[in-house]
Amino acid sequence: MNDVLNIGLVALILGLAVWTIVAREAYAAVVGFIAYGLLLTLVWVQLHGIDVALTEAAIGGGLTGALLIGAAARLRSTESPAHAERPGVLTRWLAAGVSAAVTGALAICVLVLPVPAPTLAPAVVANIAVTEVGNPITAVLLAFRAMDTLLEAIVLLFALIGVWSLAPDRAWGGRPGPLQQSDPNGMLAYVARVLPPIGIVAGAYIFWVGADHPGGKFQGATILAAMWLLVMMAGLADAPPISRTWLRWLLVAGPLAFITIGVVGAVHAGAFLAYPEGLAKPLILVIEFALMPTLTLILGLMLLGAPQRGETT
Amino acid sequence: MKLALELWTVVAVIAGAFFFLAGTVGLLRFPDSLTRLHALTKADNLGLGLVVLGLLPQMDSVSDGFKLACIWLLVLLSGATASQLIARTLRRNDSRP
Repeated sequence: MNDVLNIGLVALILGLAVWTIVAREAYAAVVGFIAYGLLLTLVWVQLHGIDVALTEAAIGGGLTGALLIGAAARLRSTESPAHAERPGVLTRWLAAGVSAAVTGALAICVLVLPVPAPTLAPAVVANIAVTEVGNPITAVLLAFRAMDTLLEAIVLLFALIGVWSLAPDRAWGGRPGPLQQSDPNGMLAYVARVLPPIGIVAGAYIFWVGADHPGGKFQGATILAAMWLLVMMAGLADAPPISRTWLRWLLVAGPLAFITIGVVGAVHAGAFLAYPEGLAKPLILVIEFALMPTLTLILGLMLLGAPQRGETT
Repeated sequence: MKLALELWTVVAVIAGAFFFLAGTVGLLRFPDSLTRLHALTKADNLGLGLVVLGLLPQMDSVSDGFKLACIWLLVLLSGATASQLIARTLRRNDSRP
């Protein structure tokens, strides 16, 4: 019975993937991609990767989906001219050849993987007690491979700077996104009042249980960012001007705390990002707490886009 | 007692699945956006509601059941909001020449 479900799921995902690629309209492709992300979440649940499933649902399907919908809406005016000019036969054959080669290379790589796959899972299980964290994923992300997480947070910051750098000169330092003028008694405003209390509790909960159960700062921060965006879209609050000092400080607070703790580790524990004995859990908590507002702000601001209007409006 | 609960689960989940099927058929077959919205909300409200009701006796603890009910309520809220917003946009576009 389970096999039938799994086969059906895989068939659906493959079908959606093909459909996303062949869809002529950018918007249709984006909708296909979001559904694809949600089905992928189910696959991760079936593989017992609940942490990955949560991340895929929050970031892969939700946040990336919202970003792509915005991109598709902006590209709409260029879509029909782009369709009008068809690439030449040679270009199309070349594209097909390169795509087939990439697919073939990937297939060969998957097929030559050793069975059973090399794994560090036993090493993690043997050493997880040192970190006093119950969830092995969190232990890997914030203790054994903390460097990856640090670089991830910094990459996100760079991505936000990249988005901001698209701002026109006159709007630099101003507020991102268009001015929302919505009905204060409308449906959206109503939801933006009812949902955030629930969302904030859910986001904080997912952040807090990350130490011992599936969850963590990325998933929690995505939910908080979504609530913030909802309030801004409903016109109940305006986006902050990006020149604000408090905003800039919060954006670097997470990586800064992470690096500081890393340097302290280099002095006291012998290696960059090593935690002194017995202090692993408190230090991990400090990093998580410092990263949470940073991630929430980065994710929210990235969706809002480049600054478009001056500070006063 | 156990048999009765299992029977309840089977009946309610099948009824929920039927509403999902009916909602999907409606989404594909109905002529305009407003009626399609109507079909869609039947799947969300009744279909998911019946599935949740059916699964409630299978939960290990009261808090798990509470979480399931919360999921249904959240879907109700988001479904109602999204349909309202879509319908309003439709009407605004229609009234514009």
